[in-house]
Amino acid sequence: MSNAAGPLHVALIGNPNTGKSTLFNALSGQNVRTGNFPGVTVEAKSTTFTVDGQQIHLTDLPGTYSLSPRSLDEMVAVDVLLGTAANMIAPEVVVCVADAANLERNLYLYTQLLDLNLPFVLVLNMWDNAGRKGIEVDVEKLQASLGVHVVTTVADQGVGIADVKSAILAAKNQSLPQRPNLPAELAAAVSDLRSEFDSPPADFLLLRGLLDINGETEKRLAKLTHDKKFLDALNCHREKLATSGFRIPVAESRWRYDWIREHLKHCVVSTQAGQRTLSDRIDKVLTHRIGGVFVFLLTMLLVFQAIYTFAAPFSDAIGWVQDSASASVESVVPPGILRSLLVDGAIAGVGGVVVFLPQIVFLFLCIGILEDCGYMARAAFLADRLMAPLGLNGRSFVPLMSSFACAVPGIMATRTIENWRDRMVTILIAPLMSCSARWPVYMLLTSAFVPDEYLGGWLSLRALVLFGMHFVGLLFAIPIAWILRKFWFQGESSLFVMEMPDYKTPSWKVVGGRVLEQGREFLVRAGTLIFCTSILVWAAAYFPGDHTRLYEVQTELENIEQNETLIDISQEKIDELVAEHNLLNGELIEASYLGQAGHFIAPAIRPLGWDWKIGVAVIASFPAREVVIAAMGTIYSLGADVDEESSDLKETMKKATWADGRPIFTLPVALSIMVFFALCSQCAATLMVIRRETNSWRWALFTFTYMTLLAYAGAWVTVQVGNWLFV
Amino acid sequence: MTLDSLGVGERGVVVSIEGTDTVAVRLAEMGVIDGEEIELVGTAPFGDPLEFSLRGYRLSLRKAEAARVNIEPLKSK
Repeated sequence: MSNAAGPLHVALIGNPNTGKSTLFNALSGQNVRTGNFPGVTVEAKSTTFTVDGQQIHLTDLPGTYSLSPRSLDEMVAVDVLLGTAANMIAPEVVVCVADAANLERNLYLYTQLLDLNLPFVLVLNMWDNAGRKGIEVDVEKLQASLGVHVVTTVADQGVGIADVKSAILAAKNQSLPQRPNLPAELAAAVSDLRSEFDSPPADFLLLRGLLDINGETEKRLAKLTHDKKFLDALNCHREKLATSGFRIPVAESRWRYDWIREHLKHCVVSTQAGQRTLSDRIDKVLTHRIGGVFVFLLTMLLVFQAIYTFAAPFSDAIGWVQDSASASVESVVPPGILRSLLVDGAIAGVGGVVVFLPQIVFLFLCIGILEDCGYMARAAFLADRLMAPLGLNGRSFVPLMSSFACAVPGIMATRTIENWRDRMVTILIAPLMSCSARWPVYMLLTSAFVPDEYLGGWLSLRALVLFGMHFVGLLFAIPIAWILRKFWFQGESSLFVMEMPDYKTPSWKVVGGRVLEQGREFLVRAGTLIFCTSILVWAAAYFPGDHTRLYEVQTELENIEQNETLIDISQEKIDELVAEHNLLNGELIEASYLGQAGHFIAPAIRPLGWDWKIGVAVIASFPAREVVIAAMGTIYSLGADVDEESSDLKETMKKATWADGRPIFTLPVALSIMVFFALCSQCAATLMVIRRETNSWRWALFTFTYMTLLAYAGAWVTVQVGNWLFV
Repeated sequence: MTLDSLGVGERGVVVSIEGTDTVAVRLAEMGVIDGEEIELVGTAPFGDPLEFSLRGYRLSLRKAEAARVNIEPLKSK
C-alpha cells in the first residue's frame, strides 16, 4: 500500500467543536485544495506539506460524533478511511483530534476508528482550556494506557503543531494501538457474515453493518451481496445478539464507554469537578429565559445589520468602481458591439459577482466569531423552537435570517448545519426569504399602483402591501419545507442532540482565515458561473438585431456632449435624438432572442393579465430581480437608467394599454407581479451558489423549476382574487 | 419517570432508552447510557429544548428526545 518515494497519506478526523479545522489550517499553511467529495455535498479539503523530507498528504474529514453513517454524506468518511472512495488512496496514518477537556465523550469516535486497524496519532487540542477547567491529563500514562502516540496542542495559537507533524511520521512505523476487544458473540457474528460473501468486504464494514440498524453500511453490504436475504441474515444475527444480552444500539455504546472509562481511570483527574466553571456562569446568563433571549435578539440584529447596513457602503463602492470602469471603456471604445460586450457583458458580469463579497465577508466574520467563541450552539438552542414549523432545527436560523438580506451568503452559511437533510431543505427554501433585491420591485409597483389611502384613517395601504410582501415567501416556505421532507429528504426527523461547547475567546487568526477562505471560494467557484451567466444573458439581449442606426445616434449624442460649447444645436434636436436612441433600444430588445422569448411565452402569461413586455422584463431579470426595472425602462423606450423612483417609468406603465384600450397595469396585475417576484428564483447568483453548495446542477434546476411554478401559481391566484375583489 | 420531567437543577440516573432508531443511537453515542448520572441545567425560552450536564460536558436535547430516556430521580445535593 505505502511506497517509500511517494507522499504519506494521512486522514484527519475528530468530533465537532474540537478545533479540527484550526488544526488543519495550522498544519497546511497556505497550500490547501478544496473541492467536494464526488457525488455528495461534503466539502473535501486536502493539503500537502513536507516533514523531514517526507511529503505528507493530509485529507480533512467532516467533524462527527461517531462513525455510524446514516446518510451518503456520512458514508464519505468511511469510504475515505477504507480507501474505497473514488480517486482516493487509503490513509496510512489517521490523526484523531479530541477536546482535551472532554476526553471521555471524544474518545467514543476514537474507539470506533480503532476498528480500522490503522496507526494513529491522538491529538488533545485546546489543552489550555482543559487546564483552566482544572482537568489534568497525564499524557505519559494515557500513552501507555491507549498504546498510541498522544500529542497536546493549542491549535489556534500554533502550539504543538510541530509535534503533530513529527508524530505523524513516527506513527507510520509504530505498532497498532490498544483497541477494545469485540465481545465474543459479536466477533462470531462478524465472521459468520463474512462467509456470506464470495469476496468479503473489510471487517470494519461488516461490523458497522451489523451495529447500525437502517444505516448506510447495511445498504452498501446488501448491494454487494446482490441478495435480498442478506438483510434477513443481518436481522437474524442482531436478534441472536440481543438474546445473548448484546442489545443493539445501546450495547455498542455501553461496551465502548466502559472501555474508555477503564482506560482513562488513572490518567485524567478533574480538580474542580462539580464546581461551576466560568463557561457555566456565562451560560447561566446567555441561555437565561429572559436575559438570554434579549442577548440573542441583540446579537441577531447585529448580524443582520452587518450584512444589510455595514456591507452597503462597500457594495456602493464596488458599484462606483464598476461605473468608473464602464465610463473609461466608453471614453476609449466607440459605440459598437465591443463596447456593449465590455460594458454590459464583462464589466457588469464582474460587478455582479464582486457586489456579493461585502455581504459574504461580513456574514462570515459574524459567523466565524459566533462559532469560535461557542455562542453559535446557544443561538441554535434558543432559536430551535422557532424553526419547528419548518421541521428544521435551530441551526437553520442564522442562514434563513441572513437570506432576508441576501440568499447568496445565507446559503453559504448553511455549512454550519451538520445534518445534510436539514442543510438541503434550508438551502432549497432560503431563496424564498424576501431578500433586499426584491425591495425595488415592490417599491416601484406599490408606489405606482397601490392607492395612497389609509385603512380606517391610519393604516397606510401601501405600507400594508410592502409589509405583506415580505411574508409571502416565508409563508410558502413552511409547506415547501414539509413537501421537501416528505418526498425528497425523508428518513430521520431533524434531531437536536448536540453538544454545547465551552465558551472561549475567539481567535482572530481562525475567524480571519474563515472569511478569506469563503470569500476566495465564492469568487473562484461560484463567481465564474455567475459571470458566464451574465455574458449569456447579454448575448441573448444583444443578438440578432441590427445596431447600426443605434450606434450612429449614440455617436452623435456623445459627440454633442463632449463638444457642448462648440456645436450649435437646439435642445429640441437633442431631445429628438435621445428619444430615437431610447426607441431604437426598445425595438432592438424586442427583436432580440430575449424579446422573442418574451413573445413566445406571451400566451402562457396571458392568464396572469401580463403582456409580452412584462414577459421580456421577467426573462431579462434572470440574472437578478432588480434588473427588471432597467429592463422595463428599455422596453418602454425610456432608457435603461431608470430606477424605482422614476416617475417617467410609473407614468408610462400607467398609460400602457391592450389593443382594445384597457389598461395593462391594473392593481391586481401589479400585485401579481409583486407576488411573482416574491416567489420566483430570478437570481442567477443564488442558483449558481446552490449548484456549488449542493455539488449538483440538479438542485439548482430543481429550485428554479419549483420556484417559477410557485411564482406563476401565486401570481395567477393573486390576479383572479384581485379581479374578483376590485373589478 | 422520563428525562424531560426533571426540573432545573434536578438530577437522575439513566435506566434505559426507548427504541432503536436514530434518536436512540444518537443518545447512546453521546453517552446517555444506563447507570449514567445526568442533570438538567437549563431550558430555552419555551421550555424546549433542554440543556443537560453529563460526563463533564453539556448536551442539548429536545423535550421529545429527552422523553425517550427513562430515569430514576436522585435526591438533590
